[in-house]
Amino acid sequence: MAFTRTAAADPHRHLHAQAQWQPIELVFWAATLIPFFLFPKYLALASQIAIAALFALSLDLILGYAGIVSLGHAALFGVGAYTAGLLSTLGWGDPLLGLAAGAVAAGLLGYVTSFIIARFRHLALIMITLGLGQLIHEVANKASWLTGGSDGLQGVRIGPLLGRFPFDLYGYTAYAYSLVVLFVVFVFARRLVNSPFGLALRGIRENPVRMPAIGAPSPAHVRKIYTIAAAIAGMAGALLAQTTSTVSLGVLDFQRSADVLVMLILGGAGWLYGGIVGAIIFMVARDQFSGINPQLWYFWIGLLLVCVVMFLPNGVLGCLQLAAPWRSKAS
Amino acid sequence: MHKMLALLGSMALAAMTAAAASAQGTVKVGVIMPYSGQFADLSAQMDNGIKLYMKQNGDTVAGKKIEIIRRDTGGVAPDVATRLAQELVTRDNVDILAGFTLSPNAIAVSKISAEAKKFMVIMNAATTVIITMSPYSVRTSMTLPSVGASAGMWAYKSGLRKAYTMVSDFAPGKDAEAAFQDAFKKAGGEIVGAVRMPVANPDFSAFVQRAKDLSPESIFIFVPGGAQPAALGKAFAERGIDPNKIKIIGTGEISDESAVKNMGDAALGIITAWHYDHTHDSKPNKDFVAAYNAEFKRNPDFGAVGGYDGMHVIYESLKKTGGKADADSLVAAAKGLKWESPRGPFQVDPETRDVVQTIYVRQVRKVGDQLLNVEFDKMENVRDPGSAGKK
Repeated sequence: MAFTRTAAADPHRHLHAQAQWQPIELVFWAATLIPFFLFPKYLALASQIAIAALFALSLDLILGYAGIVSLGHAALFGVGAYTAGLLSTLGWGDPLLGLAAGAVAAGLLGYVTSFIIARFRHLALIMITLGLGQLIHEVANKASWLTGGSDGLQGVRIGPLLGRFPFDLYGYTAYAYSLVVLFVVFVFARRLVNSPFGLALRGIRENPVRMPAIGAPSPAHVRKIYTIAAAIAGMAGALLAQTTSTVSLGVLDFQRSADVLVMLILGGAGWLYGGIVGAIIFMVARDQFSGINPQLWYFWIGLLLVCVVMFLPNGVLGCLQLAAPWRSKAS
Repeated sequence: MHKMLALLGSMALAAMTAAAASAQGTVKVGVIMPYSGQFADLSAQMDNGIKLYMKQNGDTVAGKKIEIIRRDTGGVAPDVATRLAQELVTRDNVDILAGFTLSPNAIAVSKISAEAKKFMVIMNAATTVIITMSPYSVRTSMTLPSVGASAGMWAYKSGLRKAYTMVSDFAPGKDAEAAFQDAFKKAGGEIVGAVRMPVANPDFSAFVQRAKDLSPESIFIFVPGGAQPAALGKAFAERGIDPNKIKIIGTGEISDESAVKNMGDAALGIITAWHYDHTHDSKPNKDFVAAYNAEFKRNPDFGAVGGYDGMHVIYESLKKTGGKADADSLVAAAKGLKWESPRGPFQVDPETRDVVQTIYVRQVRKVGDQLLNVEFDKMENVRDPGSAGKK
């Protein structure tokens, strides 16, 4: 992501060049339709990959662009999931309503906590986000009258999408729904990071001390992007709650925060596509390994991770960039 | 879009029926359990039970080959369990869903079982309501209210009139607490106090001290199996609670083989109500324990017997339907099944599809140089006390 000299001289042209859609991107998004035709039996998995990708995309916005490390991202995901789930138990089972509510609730939590987040960096931030994640988990565990505690939320009933498409066993609706949401959010995120605001975020990532010195309001930028990322994480949570009709404490688990970080690192942070590619690799690997060997599959996941980190330190996309001149030209 | 979806759906359906037709000679059983993570050991025991049954009875029943497909949820993860069940049904064309160590996962899959019309065998998950969530499910483990209520009835019968209860603060704990208190009070006993302890990393000594200050005749305990029973047992010993003066009553988790090993002599005198122990004295159990030890080099526990009996339900039901594996036929065949299991007499309740079995009252005693759960009383034909345990 290094700036070329010309880009530094003319930021507007640089941003404009970056905002252009590459042919490979169109191919990528067209390819996301393949499961409908070639793997109709894998649509349930595909929809969960799309959801994980959305969640990873949210983390990429704060980690990959603004340099905010988070080990508690599941808190926001979980709040979105519980919001959508709770709404449906109260009779508001419309998916889009739940999705919006999940985004708003998680966004609110993100906004409130962003005041703390904006004050710290690095190790302190890891500890704080970890603590916040555990805190929310414990609150949900204690408030069992609301959340169902460790038994999970009971009575989640999700209505048909747009009033017409019920969520089916095969996952057609679930995948179509998750994919559309992922794509729309992606387009939004893409615009965001290729705006002057996105450039300011990268500045914060590269040198947080210098940005305020040149007059950029860093804490305000951090709060803004964290709130946006929180809302996206909430949407991912809501999607999971809706497509599986279940919400349990698992949505707030530390494991989920860790997994999403792993996906992002696997794919490569700071690309937007990194999280998506990482989610595909991680979820497919998990599905295959755990199918072959349900007892010891974590071993193989671990091995995969060690290999990726050792041989592809910038993630799969970082490696592809070295191999493909078209990408480096574009950035 | 709608039309396209419908078209795709029918294509998938056609593909499925074709696949099902080609696999006519097999009955596929999808087993969903947390094979990894902190419940892996219990799942391993259940899986061993499944393996042993298939080894002893062959993998063919009523002309059909039984094929097991295992899937790992990694822990309490109803969303993962839902997806795995969906995939087992749509991708692997399973006829039967089985396993289920944990209640939240079983609840989630019950929805799939009901929607996809698949016979479902719950081999462990013990929350009462699960069985009502699919008309095609059968349970081969136990429910906590049935054990808790048995403990309550026995406590009064044995002459105790005052009890204090200590349970973990989550659904199984509340289930057990409510069932014990109801049964004990109904019989005429008095609850002198109750406390709910946090599920994660509790420090038991403060709770034990509070119980000791009240000096009740008896204390009823429920904590989840694993590391907690031993920690609690040690707290009892440290605070000087003598199991001979204050009776300690609990569910089987607290005197589980590994828990007693950890507690050592602190476990002596603990009384528990439970449905299975490897020391149960009967011919079927002796054979079962011997075969189990020969195969897996360890003693079976309640998980193992749950898996073993679960497979028995599947085999016997298939025999009755002549190999027909649709949910309606299988559940009809399973209702009312009755046999002598290693745990004792076992019946699938023809109405609720839940388990009807003997609950044993045991005490930890020294037999030779071993600490064992010695059965000294029992209650026959115990059913779940129903909504009494629900909260």
